[in-house]
Amino acid sequence: MQGYGVLTTGWTRSELMAKTIASAKQGNILDPWSYSLLYATDFADRLEHQIIPALRSGFVVLSDRYIYTAFARNVVRGCDREWIRGVFGFAIVPDLVCYLRIDVDTLALRVIESKGMTYWESGMDMRLGADLYDSFKKYQGMIIEESDKMAEEFGFQIVDARRPPEEIQEALRARILPILKESRTKRISKAAAEKAAAEKAAAEKLAEKGAEKSSEKASEPAPVKEPATT
Amino acid sequence: MTTAAKAPFTMPHPYPGKLIVVEGIDGSGKSTQLSLMRKWLDSQGNNVFFTEWNSSELVKETTRRGKKTKVLTPLTFSLLHATDFANRLYHQILPPLKAGMIVLADRYMYTAFARDAVRGVSHSWVRHLYSFAVKPDLAFYFRVPIEVSLSRLLEGTRAELKYYEAGMDLGLSTNIVESFKIFQSRVLNEYDKIVDEFGLTVMDATLEIDEQQEQVREIVSKTLASYKPKRGSHAKREALFWRRFTLPESEGAEGEADRH
Repeated sequence: MQGYGVLTTGWTRSELMAKTIASAKQGNILDPWSYSLLYATDFADRLEHQIIPALRSGFVVLSDRYIYTAFARNVVRGCDREWIRGVFGFAIVPDLVCYLRIDVDTLALRVIESKGMTYWESGMDMRLGADLYDSFKKYQGMIIEESDKMAEEFGFQIVDARRPPEEIQEALRARILPILKESRTKRISKAAAEKAAAEKAAAEKLAEKGAEKSSEKASEPAPVKEPATT
Repeated sequence: MTTAAKAPFTMPHPYPGKLIVVEGIDGSGKSTQLSLMRKWLDSQGNNVFFTEWNSSELVKETTRRGKKTKVLTPLTFSLLHATDFANRLYHQILPPLKAGMIVLADRYMYTAFARDAVRGVSHSWVRHLYSFAVKPDLAFYFRVPIEVSLSRLLEGTRAELKYYEAGMDLGLSTNIVESFKIFQSRVLNEYDKIVDEFGLTVMDATLEIDEQQEQVREIVSKTLASYKPKRGSHAKREALFWRRFTLPESEGAEGEADRH
């Protein structure tokens, strides 16, 4: 509606890895390292084949989850914080990270009301509780705790996700629009600066040429003019 | 990336088992030597486990698909192999090692260090990627000149070079043999650096098979000098583990195709 080219991308959606991750999840035999590396591969594939090309052509890229999801899940699974961050060291820093924050009680209600709790969303691989519900609460509670820490560290924009969808949408737009305007202004001023620089360079070139010409003129043998005066 | 300096793979592992790995470019004969070593260790009454590069069920199929459609970049290539490694480390290497058994690995993280570096991936990043790995008790490097490996590959059972094994993804040459030479020479250079960095045991892979094997056994014996063999049963378990190690599969065209 605003005339931006937009690309959307999301966690586990890469062509290379989507199937692999799905089948790995069915087996439920993942260790924390391959768990993280599978997602890192998926992310790398999308970064190189979708995100970077789109950004290069001036698109706005909307990403449903980013490296921070991996950071949180990995840390919760007891892996080294530094390790996972280093693994994703090839990623690019987003212009804006919106963190839709929710408390675990509301989250549990919402999930049960919609599609129900799943094995992985409940972190059942971690054996945190006797059943899906107990495990879900503990696991997602840990994820939220880690996300809160990252929000501070990486400067996420926090949006209260317990509000109605329209309000959340409004809040998101309020954060996204300034970024787009800023980059548009930057682009425009950059273009203007480039244009000015080009004009200046052209003018200088012209002036130089002019100078050359005038010097040529000056060095031109006098006899040409002479007949006129005589 | 400071973690690489104190990464587990730079320190001896604390487990009662032993981990022995072989490294070398394609056609160096490392798999042949490992297979002979395994039979020998088996005959000594050891319970020996075997694992090879890029063989985990989890990602093998993906790597195969990625290679076929040629969508792999140096980055995803590197990450996929690390995923495969992580999966095998967790499921195939660590349990027997912790239980006090012998684990043999055909290629280990050094393969990634060499190949990924040639593909332009950052040295320190790849080391960081594998920093969770276990340091082997013994790591052989079978050093061989390009010409020898090339003639072994072209005259052997396969008689052809694979796209990625020849580094065709790097666009070094449109001729696959030329590309293989350039790519594998660079891999050799990287291996030479890795030998110093990680203290690999260098073997002259141009020697006759039996000569090399004799040396291999001598070195392995020293490494195993203090090792107490452990096994839970005295029955042979060939059906389960021997099958994966028969020569036709690891040396044949089929098995070879998926490993690179």
